[in-house]
Amino acid sequence: MSDTAVGLAPNDKVPGSHLTRKIKVQVSPTDKMMTVLIYFLFSLYALICVYPFYSIIINTISANDISAKGDVIFYPINIQFHNYVDAFKIPGLWDAAIVSVGRTVIGTTLTVGASAFLGFMFTQEDMWRRKLWYRYTVLTMFFNAGVIPWYLTMRSLHLTNNFLAYILPTIVAPFFIILVKTFVESTPKELQHAASIDGAGTMTLFFKIMLPICKPILATVAIFAAVDQWNSFQDTLLLVTESKLYSLQFILYNYINQASSISSMVNLQNAGSTAIASLATKQTTTSIRMTVTIIVVAPILLVYPIFQRFFVKGIMIGAVKG
Amino acid sequence: MVRIEKYSKKSISIMKFLFIMPFMLLLGIFAYYPLYGWVYAFFDYTPPIPLSQSPFVGLKWFHTLVENQVKIDQTLQILKNTFGMSGLNLLFSWLPMIFAIFLTEIKSVRFRRFIQTVTTLPNFISWVLVYSLAFSMFSSEGIVNGLLKQLGFIDSPVLLLQNSDHVWIMMWMWTTWKTLGWSAILYIAAIMSIDDSLYEAAYVDGATRMRVIWHVILPSMVPTYFVLLMLQIASFLNNGLEQYFVFQNAFNKDSIQALDLYVYNLAMGGGSYSVSVAISMLKSLISVVLLFSVNGLSKRLRGESIV
Repeated sequence: MSDTAVGLAPNDKVPGSHLTRKIKVQVSPTDKMMTVLIYFLFSLYALICVYPFYSIIINTISANDISAKGDVIFYPINIQFHNYVDAFKIPGLWDAAIVSVGRTVIGTTLTVGASAFLGFMFTQEDMWRRKLWYRYTVLTMFFNAGVIPWYLTMRSLHLTNNFLAYILPTIVAPFFIILVKTFVESTPKELQHAASIDGAGTMTLFFKIMLPICKPILATVAIFAAVDQWNSFQDTLLLVTESKLYSLQFILYNYINQASSISSMVNLQNAGSTAIASLATKQTTTSIRMTVTIIVVAPILLVYPIFQRFFVKGIMIGAVKG
Repeated sequence: MVRIEKYSKKSISIMKFLFIMPFMLLLGIFAYYPLYGWVYAFFDYTPPIPLSQSPFVGLKWFHTLVENQVKIDQTLQILKNTFGMSGLNLLFSWLPMIFAIFLTEIKSVRFRRFIQTVTTLPNFISWVLVYSLAFSMFSSEGIVNGLLKQLGFIDSPVLLLQNSDHVWIMMWMWTTWKTLGWSAILYIAAIMSIDDSLYEAAYVDGATRMRVIWHVILPSMVPTYFVLLMLQIASFLNNGLEQYFVFQNAFNKDSIQALDLYVYNLAMGGGSYSVSVAISMLKSLISVVLLFSVNGLSKRLRGESIV
């Protein structure tokens, strides 16, 4: 799979490019104009993707009174970091952070493990009714019982207001299983055959041989599963009423709408301390909302660029094969 | 080398199944068992009275959806919202394809990687976060209004989030912002797998860039586009809850309530559990029919099915 731009210029490293070298590629003025236009449009769109994050970040480190008026647009004004210090005083934020981190770590580990195992097992042709169970699994992607039946089910299983409700339903994920299965099927069959002739049982095959090989696709699954866990909001909305179990996203949503009461609470706490509560560092609804937003999105902003290369390739492998 | 068979083939095959059985059970509990909840649609369920003691009403709730003009109007409004928003998404479903085509036109690898990273980022943030971003930018004290005020265009803030007028377009814009970069990846994969000989043939014939795009790249992406389009049609009724829930407020309720959100509001807001389940059930059934129709269509037109 070539990583470079697909053979449009004579000297790109594309297979068969020695042929294009001899052919003169017509580059008309319209083509040059197109290039400029394309670069411009993409840069514009990239800006649109980045600006919302940028603007909130600069707002959280600017003076709160100026930020509340909507005047901080292109660069921070009167830089201060008080908002992040005050963030620890926001009620419920710490608990929610623990909940979200916990479910992300535990949930992702279990999901990746289950996806790896099931993806592998579904390639075992001698498994009893393999096709049937595979269809049984994949079919679940195409229907949804609905919000109320889901709630009723979880309630009857005593999973409302229960941390396990965040984990158990996510363990068996058909989409990830398909990804792993497709990947395993693209590995040479001789590998498994050689191992089983040497006496390797199913488990040995899985743990000692296939698991190490599947690292790329498992990394992909891990990222997706982790992001799903970190971003989940609906399960808290439907199943949880105890504030100790709120996920970060749910807290964020509440804060957007209740930011005024929270800002007064934090300011009250600060009033007792010796810190000079100037207008610039006094919490407003805007500052609370934006600071919590950045805290919730920070892990993704930091981790994503690093891992992006991994699973873009992973998805492409899955896409080309599947 | 003689392999001594310790176990029969049959017992090995069953043993392998037993390994995955716990997982199949898990799936059964969380994916198939909730379907049982559909029976609630046929009873007059008012919690906390348990189902066993609730009166059976048959198809009553399905009738209430269209029993008088008011109800019909509301049903139509909900359907309009759903069709409107899903329709908009369908209308612009070709955008990721064009995005991918022009992205691969960029020769600088570094710039391309940068664009890819930046534009796929919005896909990984939650709708709650999107709402927070939208709020910061478009609310009355937000940045857009701040800028407009500074530039002297307006005196009082423009209400962008609190009115019913442009909800569909705004929802479509946010959906596009969030998914464009990511959806393009599939098409980029398709472009990468185009055989080089096709390009060579085009160049030998003296093709310019635009012609190469038109005659080589575009045709090879049509199969992928077709599959994705069919899948989108099949999930026409499933707008999703989270996106519309977070943007919902008292002012835009009329035009933002798509089916999923309506089902949720009916139950959680209005306490009408049975009606909610009834609508949910209808929606699921119609979606399955849609899926199979689309699948059948695909079989006829392309010779292969999607599912």
